[in-house]
Amino acid sequence: MPNTKTKVAFKGTPEQEAELKKFIAEIKHEKGATMPILQKAQEIYGYLPEEAQVIIAEETGIPLTEIYGIATFYAQFALNPKGETQISVCLGTACYVKGSGDVLQKVVDTIGCEAGSITPDGKFSIDATRCIGACGLAPVMTVNGEVYGRMTPAMVPEILKQYME
Amino acid sequence: MDMVNVKVNGIPVSVPAGSTVLEAANAAGVDIPTLCYMKEINAIGACRMCVTEVTGARGLVAACVYPVAEGMEINTNSKKAFDARKRTLELILSNHRMECTTCARSHNCELQQLANEYGVKEVRFGDPGSLQPQIECSTAHLIRDNSKCVLCRRCMAVCNHLQSVAVIGASERGFATHIGSPFDRGLGEVGCISCGQCIAVCPTGALTEVDDTDKVWAALADPTKHVVVGTAPAVRAALGEEFGEKIGTNVEGKMVAALRRLGFDGVFDVNAGADLTIMEEANELVERVKTGGVLPMITSCSPGWVRFCEQYFPEFIPNLSTCKSPQQMFGAMMKSYYAKQAGIDPKDIFVVTAMPCTAKKYEIRRPDEASVDGLWDIDATITTRELAKMIRKAGIKFERLPDEKFDPAFGDFTGAGVIFGATGGVMEAALRTAVETLTGEELKKLDFTEVRGVAGIKEASYEVAGMTVKVAVASGMANAKELLERVKRGEATYHFIEIMGCPGGCVNGGGQPIQPGSVRNFVDLRAERAKALYAQDAAMPIRKSHESPLMKKVYAEYLGKPGSHLAHELLHTSYSKRSRYPGLEAEKA
Repeated sequence: MPNTKTKVAFKGTPEQEAELKKFIAEIKHEKGATMPILQKAQEIYGYLPEEAQVIIAEETGIPLTEIYGIATFYAQFALNPKGETQISVCLGTACYVKGSGDVLQKVVDTIGCEAGSITPDGKFSIDATRCIGACGLAPVMTVNGEVYGRMTPAMVPEILKQYME
Repeated sequence: MDMVNVKVNGIPVSVPAGSTVLEAANAAGVDIPTLCYMKEINAIGACRMCVTEVTGARGLVAACVYPVAEGMEINTNSKKAFDARKRTLELILSNHRMECTTCARSHNCELQQLANEYGVKEVRFGDPGSLQPQIECSTAHLIRDNSKCVLCRRCMAVCNHLQSVAVIGASERGFATHIGSPFDRGLGEVGCISCGQCIAVCPTGALTEVDDTDKVWAALADPTKHVVVGTAPAVRAALGEEFGEKIGTNVEGKMVAALRRLGFDGVFDVNAGADLTIMEEANELVERVKTGGVLPMITSCSPGWVRFCEQYFPEFIPNLSTCKSPQQMFGAMMKSYYAKQAGIDPKDIFVVTAMPCTAKKYEIRRPDEASVDGLWDIDATITTRELAKMIRKAGIKFERLPDEKFDPAFGDFTGAGVIFGATGGVMEAALRTAVETLTGEELKKLDFTEVRGVAGIKEASYEVAGMTVKVAVASGMANAKELLERVKRGEATYHFIEIMGCPGGCVNGGGQPIQPGSVRNFVDLRAERAKALYAQDAAMPIRKSHESPLMKKVYAEYLGKPGSHLAHELLHTSYSKRSRYPGLEAEKA
């Protein structure tokens, strides 16, 4: 999944920054502190903005390159915030063999941004997820938590239209 | 030391306990192919080219990380190992954009050589023909094309461990894994210092310098331009490697002859620029010591180091000598003193330098490096590698060239200028002049051996005119960082520090001839090349910059005295704090 870099403006607050810095100061001397710090940052901001990664690099002395390498290595980290409307397409084994790859492509084409990213206006974000446990309905798409089963690419525009108004 | 006895392809050999299979094989005179391995800094067993059969192991082992054991029998050339290596090569090539005929690294590519040696005729996997270039060219010195990257991580290792700059890393995972910089920004946006060490260790054509030879050819073909060239000390110590000479051969005479045959109107030596740097820098040091100026004073010859300082240690900017680098001084003198002497309008002079350095490509367009009528001091700079390329293109039979001498107008230099190319050289050259200036007496011994050698950090103190002068020398930015941290913590105090961007100094610069891992891992390029310079210095009649006839003439006829108003205008520069994350800052603004 291309975890492309943030395209929407950073909206972090001084309070969020202070909270992150406080956490880093508490934990940075412990071995293996990087993962918990990144998890905390994601908890605070909802994703890992560049600005937060720079703060982590500066405060810990770990090169930014390494922070970014870890952030892009693990699927649990998001480099983009979630959109007002969050679309997820399951790429778990069952959904995938039933054609969810084509469904995802149709979503990408309809919305106009890549999986793992967000539209510049912040309205829509697309995720390709692992199994969400609804294999009986494969292929599955969720929009803001609403589950749509037995999807075909042709169904995508009709469903998304209601979220575009 | 505990020794272990093993057999490599039947050859008995005794190696220190803890040696790897690769080291044991080398001791037995056997080469095992490697793509990722770099001694001390990248022993990661990632590329799988060095897989080898050893007794006591279930499958093949990665020779670069597998330790030897008593009685081990190592078979580097078994069919199983050959087959595995060939398959690995095919897999690497399945994702490698092969344009070997036109690639800058053709004939000097470790992957190409291995593919040939292992007889890889076709690639059974993937569709390498469909790969598109993936070019990153945000800096003045480097081009990255990830379509030729083999993910060996040597570039990451040098950037991280030797330079502590760490702006190159691997992101994402699986097939998407790629080498890049934070946020996949260009190197120019993330705090790269342009040292080019990554280029020098890349096994393929994924990292190459920006080729500026066309600019030089164009100037040489322009009848309205008076084209002059200057060569850095370190170039003569390595250029021969491009033409089959032994590492550490000084080819100064042939290099001069080649430059003349390329058509340069003046063939000069940046060594003379180095002598000039010493005149100014030694004077600056003496002034700072006498007047209570900012100490320690730190050298400013290396643009990689200067940029590192501006980005990572801005608190030391007041400590940086205001002297321009020898290259920039050379350029400024060409467009002022030389222009006047030769009766040529400075704007018709095109100044080229041949350098062991890629950061020079960045340095020549720094602000405050255009001292005559707003003309850039240097018009184009090429690396040792690019110079070799020009010599080859011109059909010059390098090995058959006679030894020639530099043109006298700015080609006369001292032993002090020569040793600038090795770590500790600037310190030694400056001490030769500064000590005589402070004491007013002639030095009995010119060799300051304490500051020589390839150690990352060197310290010495000298009794000079009733005071103890403490000096330190560091090369490679990881060492510089360690030294500066010590100074910051107050654990060490010095009067004078020499810092060079590349480990070992300019002889091991990012623009020097590329040696494959098989050589680099077992030969100390820094030491071998430096020997050529120290030998030349030892044999020179004049070994102190202030005794150079050219320097005496230049100051008597033109500059006045070191630190004069004119000298400041032409030969000194300024520095400013720079962001580590210029890309991000620019976006915010």
